Amino acid sequence: MIKKIIGLTAFAATLVAPVFSASADEVNVYSYRQPFLVEPLFNEFTKQSGIKVNVVFAKKGMAERLAREGEHSPADVLLTTDISRLIELQEKGLLQAVNSDVLEAAIPSQYQAQDNSWFGLTTRVRNIYTAKRLGDMAISYEDLADEKYRGKICTRSGKHPYNVALVSSMIAEHGEAKTLAWLEGVKKNLARKPQGNDRGQVQAIHQGLCDVSLGNSYYFGKMLNDDKQKVWADAVNINFPNQENRGAHVNISGVGVAKYAPHKEAAKALLEFLASDKAQQMYAETNMEYPVRAGVKKSALVASWGDFKADDLPLETIASHRKAALKLLDQAKFDL
Amino acid sequence: MIFGQRNTSWLTLSWLIALALLAPVLVMLFTSIGNFGELFSHLWQTVLPTYISNTLLLTFYVSLLVLLFGVPSAFLISQTQLISAKWLRWALLLPLAMPAYLVAYLYTDLFDYAGPVQRLLRASFGWQSPTDYWFFDLRTLEGAAVVLALVLYPYVYMLTRTALEQQDTSLLRAGRTLGLSARHAMLKIALPLARPAIMVAVTLVMMETIADFATVQYFAVNTLTTAIYDTWLGYGDMAAANALASVLLLFVLFTVVAEQKSRAGQRHQSNRPNFSGDKLALSFGQQVMGLVFCWLLVILGFALPFGLLIAMAIDYAQLDQLGQLAEIGWETLKISAYAATAAVALSLLLALFHRFYPKSLNHLPLQISGFGYAVPGTVLAMALMATFGPIDHWLNDTAEWLDWSKPGLILSGTTFAIIFAFVVRFAAIANGTISAGIGKIPHSIDKAPASLGVGLMATIRTVHLPILKSSVFVAWLLVFVEAMKELPAVLLLRPFNFETLSTFIYQLISDERLEQGAIGAIFIVLFGLIPIIWLNKNKH
Repeated sequence: MIKKIIGLTAFAATLVAPVFSASADEVNVYSYRQPFLVEPLFNEFTKQSGIKVNVVFAKKGMAERLAREGEHSPADVLLTTDISRLIELQEKGLLQAVNSDVLEAAIPSQYQAQDNSWFGLTTRVRNIYTAKRLGDMAISYEDLADEKYRGKICTRSGKHPYNVALVSSMIAEHGEAKTLAWLEGVKKNLARKPQGNDRGQVQAIHQGLCDVSLGNSYYFGKMLNDDKQKVWADAVNINFPNQENRGAHVNISGVGVAKYAPHKEAAKALLEFLASDKAQQMYAETNMEYPVRAGVKKSALVASWGDFKADDLPLETIASHRKAALKLLDQAKFDL
Repeated sequence: MIFGQRNTSWLTLSWLIALALLAPVLVMLFTSIGNFGELFSHLWQTVLPTYISNTLLLTFYVSLLVLLFGVPSAFLISQTQLISAKWLRWALLLPLAMPAYLVAYLYTDLFDYAGPVQRLLRASFGWQSPTDYWFFDLRTLEGAAVVLALVLYPYVYMLTRTALEQQDTSLLRAGRTLGLSARHAMLKIALPLARPAIMVAVTLVMMETIADFATVQYFAVNTLTTAIYDTWLGYGDMAAANALASVLLLFVLFTVVAEQKSRAGQRHQSNRPNFSGDKLALSFGQQVMGLVFCWLLVILGFALPFGLLIAMAIDYAQLDQLGQLAEIGWETLKISAYAATAAVALSLLLALFHRFYPKSLNHLPLQISGFGYAVPGTVLAMALMATFGPIDHWLNDTAEWLDWSKPGLILSGTTFAIIFAFVVRFAAIANGTISAGIGKIPHSIDKAPASLGVGLMATIRTVHLPILKSSVFVAWLLVFVEAMKELPAVLLLRPFNFETLSTFIYQLISDERLEQGAIGAIFIVLFGLIPIIWLNKNKH
């Protein structure tokens, strides 16, 4: 009987995928970012360095997983799409400092953690899209609560990280009470319950369901490059909000090295590659984000939208208001 | 008690299996203790009441709809001379191959304001804005209920149909000789006798509904699962999220117990299944209504969304994906098959144990092993990490201490965790189906071999297993298809460079680029069809 059990266990073990081996020539990445974006980057990195990149794509639960895995975690590098996730990883003590002159030189200081535990790679603007039929206009986030937009605004869930970060920046600027009033005002102006994603809102503007929507800038470029979605994008103007005061809200996508990274050197090499001219250029072209590295050109399309003033609120401040922002969204019953 | 009073090794094994499957749920409950704190009261004062009422309403609507869809169709196919019944018999199962989140995506795309249907209406009638006309809003609680019911009704259809077909015709004939019309015999005898099977199916549907996340998210309907996600991913409070998940589990417990109480004391067995040809004739009007009803279910639950997928795939054909998709598809088939096999084997052990040793507490292993079904995949994945993580750490520490090379995270960091998650999540399906099958074997059969001196194992092997073959196969099939469609647990637990068809498609859907994943989605559906067709062939 015992023999049988051991035999069965051994058999079962062979069924399970090969256990991950730690070899020197590879680096393991947990990525919030999507495959189509990062795979070309990783391929280029492997080509240049000979280091193989293994990836797990996950949008949820990465911090939890990393924490559970602890010192036995195979993860080396963590790629995220917004600042809150980086701060979450940092606060939970899941990152380690990376001291690299290359990174220091490439990435402006406002886009790096003071303790060198994370680095921004691209910046992403929270724009306001308006129907072309409204004409050219200057618009601010505060305007979204204005009565003149009653029944005219479309947005994705307030709980989406991009919107939560925007609400956090509103709290930093105006305090909680005023932000709650603003959220309630915006909710009153919604054409429909928050739903879909940033592109879906532009589509709704195109169809005449609403006039104004919130959306990140790169979606505009992606829609223009998609045969079917171009008509949606053609129906709207992309606006950089609050140009007359604090500037448009900006978030970052970023990267950090896991605290127990088994391939620390390879991880550092990958980070330095992601901040290099070549990779930054690929980010700009593939995803139409704004490269953080000075001197790297935006994509021609992105450049055509013009320069803008960005809110220089420190990213840590935005992240620190995150829970308050979520609570206000609940209080305003924004998604209900 | 035919084969002695007790069987200690079987008892121990049953409890071990049940506890292993329950372990993640227990871990979840323990981490939630004492965590109904400040965040909970904030949620309670703001959004939680709406989330709870949404969950209850959604579950109620879906249950009602699957009954309305599943029972009449099962009745029409098994008991009447409906034209094309031969085709409908298995076509009605097809929606089972469609993942709910996929149908949700396709239908919202189709029926939204910006979708082709409303665009066409506006173009045809010259309407300009939403105020010019009324059109149903699919992104509502009711819309979500309809879509969920369209893909979940096959459970009710399948189990009801099987129950009706395996009923003892002599009972119906007795009813007829006592003066009941054919229809009344059906309503008063056949359907009540099929109730246990129907209730098992509805309970499965309820659990699936309660645990759903991706579908309700598309419909912008906030349920308790939403609250769990918000709490965990938004507020970063795993313990409070577990507390909410425990509330969810209470709902399920209530449902399961209520279901069992409702049919307590019912016992009907027959070894004379109804294979006779005396089916009800239908009038012309009944034929038409029956045909429209059944084919509409097939069209809305399967043909239309599948057609949309094919259209997308043709529009955005990316044939260079095929190699990658074949690889991913193979991995998906493999882990789903492992999970289905494991789940069925464990269910058989538990259900047969309960059958032969029906003492007071011996039904518990079977029951508690099914609780995982109601735990949302994400929560389950987290609970599994919390369960296996420490074991992995212990293994590695021990290996280090012994100066062996460290094995790494062999439980929590490999596909083992995913397969285990599938078994925990879908054991309830296997349990329900296999128990229903066992319940139909007359107890007199158990006694006959014993009187001839045949042992328990031999009895099971020669008598019960052959009779159970079709139930076991249905159970295997259901778990296999569900495992293939399961998404959240895989997303969280997968090892490096590992994808299933679901995760592959989900990544594209979440970026509104399903078009580019349409071929992958077709793969899921086609793989889901293979067992359905196979099942159908085996039946005839």
